[in-house]
Amino acid sequence: MIKNEISQIKLSAWRSFLLFSLLVLGLVSLIARAAYLQGMHNDFLQEKGESRYSRVIEMNADRGMITDRNGQILAISSPIASIYADPKVVKITPEQLKQLSNLLETPATTIDDRIKKENSRFVYLKRQVVPDIAEKILKLKIQGIYSTHESKRYYPESEFAAHVLGFTDINDEGQEGVERGWQKILASELGSRRVIKDNKGRIIEDIEKIRLPKQGQDLILSIDRRIQYRAHAELKEAVKANKAKAGSIVVLDAQTGEILALTNLPVYNPNNRSTISNERIRNRALIDTFEPGSTLKPFTVAIAMEVGKVNANTVMQTSPGMMQVGRRTIRDVNNKGELTVAQVIQQSSNVGTAKIALSLAPQTMWEMFNRSGFGIPTNSGFPGEASGILRPYNTWRPIEQATMSYGHGISTSLMQLARAYTIFTSGGELKPISLLKQTMPVMGQRVISRDTALAMSHMLEMATKPGGTAPLAQINGYRVAGKTGTAHKLIDGQYAKKHYISTFVGFAPVSNPRLIIAVMMDEPSAGKYFGGAVAAPIFNKVMTSALRILNIPPDAPANNVVTFTAAPEMDDEG
Amino acid sequence: MFKLNIFFVVVLIACALGIVTSQHTARKLFMALENEKEIEQKLDVEWGRLQLEQSTLIMHGRIEHIAREHLNMMAPAASNIQIVSIDAAEDRPDLKSLLP
Repeated sequence: MIKNEISQIKLSAWRSFLLFSLLVLGLVSLIARAAYLQGMHNDFLQEKGESRYSRVIEMNADRGMITDRNGQILAISSPIASIYADPKVVKITPEQLKQLSNLLETPATTIDDRIKKENSRFVYLKRQVVPDIAEKILKLKIQGIYSTHESKRYYPESEFAAHVLGFTDINDEGQEGVERGWQKILASELGSRRVIKDNKGRIIEDIEKIRLPKQGQDLILSIDRRIQYRAHAELKEAVKANKAKAGSIVVLDAQTGEILALTNLPVYNPNNRSTISNERIRNRALIDTFEPGSTLKPFTVAIAMEVGKVNANTVMQTSPGMMQVGRRTIRDVNNKGELTVAQVIQQSSNVGTAKIALSLAPQTMWEMFNRSGFGIPTNSGFPGEASGILRPYNTWRPIEQATMSYGHGISTSLMQLARAYTIFTSGGELKPISLLKQTMPVMGQRVISRDTALAMSHMLEMATKPGGTAPLAQINGYRVAGKTGTAHKLIDGQYAKKHYISTFVGFAPVSNPRLIIAVMMDEPSAGKYFGGAVAAPIFNKVMTSALRILNIPPDAPANNVVTFTAAPEMDDEG
Repeated sequence: MFKLNIFFVVVLIACALGIVTSQHTARKLFMALENEKEIEQKLDVEWGRLQLEQSTLIMHGRIEHIAREHLNMMAPAASNIQIVSIDAAEDRPDLKSLLP
């Protein structure tokens, strides 16, 4: 009875239906899940999968190079490694420690100490290691020791071009000079990209560039490395010999206004950061202003000639070597008697210049100084450039107008002074200053006529001849022109009795000026302080070298010319 | 119909294998490219280093020192310089070779 019951049980239909629907439901949910993973959740999963073998790697980019006008390197970035350790992970055998200490040239005990700082997770073992050595260290395969890529900036000229170039900080950010002024152009940006690596660590596929690297642009300066070197070397010697507090030299191309050399003392070595101090960083030729003294006289005389008040042969009475203006007295070094205007410049007479100045309207004189660039920054691109002071003419009193004519009561940087002299070397045009190499002819701004410029150039030439204030500026074989300046230093608003600033600004060759050199010595205290005795000899040395370096033919040959056809044009005073 | 299907299956397999091989060659070539790029970078670094070295070697001060101290050279005084004008050189057969 019981046996038969089993085979005869009639299953109700809902049970098979339930089973069937459960199976279908399971299938549908599987399909849905698959569709979800494949379709909607796909991106996320693919990303997860890639992350097992994809890596983000850095793409290097270097800061731009700085070269001189002939393509010689003045600043270059070179890759360098830093070796660091993660003390928590480090496992090192005594044998490896010995090898590491040899490679790093660091005592094993020092390394050991650093590695054992257990509470930190990052410690530099040595910064700025040559890449070759870093590679060898990585080949030791010590667990927990790694290297990073950094770049180091090198300045092959060391201190010789320090003030022009400036330097960068540890983050490759320009701090001074060209490095700062042209930071945007020079700067590079690291890029990064995502790649797939295989099990051996080789890159097998590029997935995407996350950020493109930006290479820093190279910069070609107007500096001539050879002249820069010479200028700095001579300045160094002269500052030492004259026991001066500081000194500056600016060498300009007389036709284009390009800066061929620019140097100051004291200076620092950009490759050795410990030599950097505020006092040494100062790019004095551009940042510091001073009263230019007699170097300003040519501008006063030039405008008087331009408006027709005087000509080169007009006679001025400077006797008795002093002159009363209001309650103050203007003095010459000695009684020079009757002088022509040309001799006023040649012998640098304050009285003569003041008399010429007082015949001019203040506005005329102000306009001349203004158009010569005094009181206006040179826009050379250097950070922190000074503009100097030229007070508005409606505040001038007669005594001020008189003293300003010979460079007192007005302040200028050495660069502005050098720029102003381009008027006399380029036929009356003020040329803009530039620190970058110019490939096109440079347009200037006309200040005086060509005739006046030429006449002034001849007067300035007389100053370097016997009877002038700067015979020491004379160079054998070349016609040289220039003007000395000696000014009492302004200390706390008072003229200091025994502190002088000696200057000389000159150019050569006079027949076709190529170079302007401006020299400034701050507080020469070895006995001599006249611009003609202190600054002119430096001008002479630098100019002689520069003329030779640039292969500029002599325009006043002495009797050392091999000639058979016609005698060359000789200068009357040879 | 059956034959056509077989044919398509064969084509499909062939294409699949083709994809695999071409992917493989692509990766190989890519690795070679990466390798070359790495070499390029290394050469670039080397070039920079050499430039730096050259620039240090041709420093004016160094050359001047060598010229003066080791080679006993000096800049001629003005009295020791003979200036040859171009006109003069053209007339002299022995100087003509100096002309540009």
